Amino acid sequence: MEHIVLIGNGIAGVTAARHIRKLSDKKITIISAEADHFFSRTALMYVYMGHMRWTDIEPYEHWFWKKNNLELKKAYVSKIDTVSKTLQFKEGGTMQYDKLIIASGSTTNTFGWEGLESDGVVGMVTKQDLEQIKKYAPNNDECPRAVLIGGGLIGVELAEMLRTRNIEVTFLIREENFWDSVLPQDEAAMISRHIKSHGVDLQNNTNLDKIISDEDGKVRAILTKETGQEIPCSMVGICTGVKPNISFLEGSTIETDRGILVNRKLETNVKDVYAIGDCAQQREAIGNRKPVEAVWYTGRMMGETVAQTICGNPFEYNPGHWFNSAKFFDIEYQTYGWVFSDKKEYEAHFHWHHEDDTKCITIAYHKETRAFLGINTFGIRLKHKVFDQWLNEHQKVDFVVKNLKKANFDPEFYTHFETDILQKFQQHQPVNA
Amino acid sequence: MSTIQRDMSLTGQPPKTITTQQKIASAIGLIGFAILIVAFFNVNFPNKTLWLSLSLGSMAIGIIWFTKAAYGNKHEGIKNDGVYFKSLSSRGFWGWVLGIAMTLFYVALYWFPQYLGLVQDGDNKGVVALFDPLSKFLSGNPASQWFLYGTLYTLAILAFGIKFIWKYRHNRYEVIRTFSVMFFQLAFAFVIPEILVRLNQPYYDFKNVWPLNYDLFAGYKIDEFISAGDVGLIMLIFGLLSIFVITPILTYKYGKRWYCSWVCGCGGLAETAGDPFRHLSDKRQVAWKVERWVIHSVVVFVTVMTTAVLFSYLQGNESANISEWSNLDNKMVFISDAEGKPLNERILAAQKAGASSVVFLNTDPNAKAPTLENTDGITIDYFFASEAENKEALEKINQGKAATLITDSAEGANFNVTEGQETSYYDTFWISKEFFVWFIIGLLTLVFAWVMLFKREQLAKDAKYGAIGYFVVVISILLFTYFSSPGKLFFFEAYELRKSYGFVIGAMFSGVIGVGFYPIFGSRVWCRFGCPMAAILGFQQRLFSKFRITTNGGQCISCGNCSTYCEMGIDVRAYAQKGENIVRSSCVGCGICSAVCPRGVLKLENDSMNGRIDGNEILLGNDVDLMKLMNSK
Repeated sequence: MEHIVLIGNGIAGVTAARHIRKLSDKKITIISAEADHFFSRTALMYVYMGHMRWTDIEPYEHWFWKKNNLELKKAYVSKIDTVSKTLQFKEGGTMQYDKLIIASGSTTNTFGWEGLESDGVVGMVTKQDLEQIKKYAPNNDECPRAVLIGGGLIGVELAEMLRTRNIEVTFLIREENFWDSVLPQDEAAMISRHIKSHGVDLQNNTNLDKIISDEDGKVRAILTKETGQEIPCSMVGICTGVKPNISFLEGSTIETDRGILVNRKLETNVKDVYAIGDCAQQREAIGNRKPVEAVWYTGRMMGETVAQTICGNPFEYNPGHWFNSAKFFDIEYQTYGWVFSDKKEYEAHFHWHHEDDTKCITIAYHKETRAFLGINTFGIRLKHKVFDQWLNEHQKVDFVVKNLKKANFDPEFYTHFETDILQKFQQHQPVNA
Repeated sequence: MSTIQRDMSLTGQPPKTITTQQKIASAIGLIGFAILIVAFFNVNFPNKTLWLSLSLGSMAIGIIWFTKAAYGNKHEGIKNDGVYFKSLSSRGFWGWVLGIAMTLFYVALYWFPQYLGLVQDGDNKGVVALFDPLSKFLSGNPASQWFLYGTLYTLAILAFGIKFIWKYRHNRYEVIRTFSVMFFQLAFAFVIPEILVRLNQPYYDFKNVWPLNYDLFAGYKIDEFISAGDVGLIMLIFGLLSIFVITPILTYKYGKRWYCSWVCGCGGLAETAGDPFRHLSDKRQVAWKVERWVIHSVVVFVTVMTTAVLFSYLQGNESANISEWSNLDNKMVFISDAEGKPLNERILAAQKAGASSVVFLNTDPNAKAPTLENTDGITIDYFFASEAENKEALEKINQGKAATLITDSAEGANFNVTEGQETSYYDTFWISKEFFVWFIIGLLTLVFAWVMLFKREQLAKDAKYGAIGYFVVVISILLFTYFSSPGKLFFFEAYELRKSYGFVIGAMFSGVIGVGFYPIFGSRVWCRFGCPMAAILGFQQRLFSKFRITTNGGQCISCGNCSTYCEMGIDVRAYAQKGENIVRSSCVGCGICSAVCPRGVLKLENDSMNGRIDGNEILLGNDVDLMKLMNSK
């Protein structure tokens, strides 16, 4: 029987394993050094916040793995011999595979600052990171202030986490507004105001110079680059994004760049070795997508795709329309299609902003053809299926705004804003015959 | 019981989440509660109205102030911070203390009301006496333990309802829904029944539908309705309409949530006072398996019990079944059925049972009254009378006044009835016990056949076996009843069956376990494992309703907030992460899964029955061909 081995039990690896099991009775082993069972990485924050226990963020009960004949191994793969198809474990021992799927995910991206090795410098990617955060920031007695470096989705999550324990947070972002490399300025500014309203000391246009530790090697303060200001703190959160977790591949024959290089079938340069999820890098970017996509949804899609290929139905990874979601403290965010902060030359935006400053939408469309390109929505839930359909049908922006109600996904009895949005749209748009 | 892991770190604990203001508010609330405790220990308060107002008032103020301190200066949004760090809401020490205290209260309430100060004939004592002024104000009667319970129950729903509304003030579905449960509790469950009593009408909570209200068709209740004349009749008809018309229509349109989380009192308490414990429900698959067997067994139990009770009630109404054990001491007995057991034997039986006289009331003016051939051994008065001719006299007799009945005898003699004559009527129903049993058997067969013919593809294998098993059991019991010795059902007396249902299900399950164990098993244990009403509504919701929770394409991140905060223990995430809509019998439509979802994935909706459950093997977002391939497999 063919032995399929997966390195990594995150969403990509587990989705692949589940689908392979659905399609076949191959022997499947999932290896992870991080956790005994699959958990939802995006839910790590809720454990710290006391919304859920560890067991609650595990999507499958423990009997699930045995019942579906998925073998689990907790070990760290230190070496891959692709000739003899053998994995070597750091803990000792080896494992033979017939096909190998690498789904080793991401690790915190750093920029080589001085003092990075100090105790109390944490990331927010893995279970071990969460344990570190709990160790260094259990409450505001032991950690009166934490400094977060870098303003992405992980940064805002970590800020929200720490604020639930009344820990003061200084949040250094190098941009003008939070995440404005992705979000259009007005949206980024609204989210920045919202972050501040939660008591976060958000400092824009500020970079980290170095981390200062005390005589025990524990974080004591940081220095900012621009002002040279010293900010005392007990923990430093590094939130400057993630990078593929592939250091264990050093010395193997598997070709890597930032991530593991794969073709559209998610095959690496070595036969019978595949890479999916955060650790994979497309040799050629797909559409507007980045070659490395560290997103829950793309990990899942790659898992679904590679399972088909492994089970004798070769399939190309062909993600549909881009979509994503996040939550910034109390404001939910969804996006469908492409809305660029740094507008493409063909791209125009229609923006609507509610007076309570917690809701807004931005619709991107083509200047000439008026084709709908994408939407960002804050504080209003919209239907994935409807936008996927509209994008497939190449609908015009006018159609989308007029029919926005059909895409509304807010709970019953919620106030609707479609009429308001349409009015503003009509006021600001040239009438199209 | 496994211990709850509060925090993974060893070096320190999260901060205490209770502020000074919340401490003061708690103290005020506890003072109000302490007044009840002092009264419980038989301290006789001089001015009960004042002390009762003080007690209820400070409890309400305490809760509301606590709420303001907790949520007042926070952003609108989800407020689950530290839920699993607090001892009260994570089965810690205070959770157990509260659970045990509430359980003891329920035990006293159901089985030892005398310890609460209830005195059957005479002035109440203790804490029940404290509630006398309010009860007298509403119904004119002194309080009972149930009035005390009803008052505290209503107070809890109102005060914690305000807390819930404040907590979810950003969510209009939650706000409106909570106003609804607060209204129905205050008006329908608390005030209206008391006012009905004041107006000498039967106590009736119009929203308490059979089978949740398992006593609706108990003999004493039917007697009460019938003796209340038109109003009683309206109540009885409304009770039947609720079950057979109103409930199915509303459940078809909105799912069972219209009842379970918008109207019902049990649901009302669970959604308000029980809200801090909602996450404690068991999400394991094994709990779901247990749930399905237990709750459907309760439905079988209540169906058989109610049928038996009505059967024996109808039987008791037949003059043919008068025996020397019928309690007819000095009563005037009216019978109307000429068929069956010889009239003289029935009169003799009534005589043995101590009746003072027997009247054959001829209800059909066109029919001739039967004659009595054999009068051997009859020593009491007996005669025939026409109902039409004696309308006024009968009315007077029913009011306890003296009256004269015109008899049908050849002599044309009249019969004088003295003031205060007690009466007992037989043969008053058009419906016979035989007809009733066959009607129930027919109805159940119809439902069963409909499900098996049109909905069987929606049932899992074990559900099919379960349905067949239950159907066979119920029908066998009913047939056995019909053909077996009179008055008995299986080997239980009907009233014994009702008594044990009341004890095991009504008291133990819905009260002690259902509410007493809030801090241990979560707030909906009764609704999930026990409530036969929820089971019947759920059965319809699963097979014949427009309601579902829609999943938003591929947006689920499997975080688990929905499953964790589902009070019914539904593993919502298991569906959402597959892109499958949630259509589960047990879902009460509280809407919290949708509220706590950080990515806007879930929405409660009423929409067409077609494609209500559509699972995408491959989630939206992926290549269209791959989706087509997988979905066609």
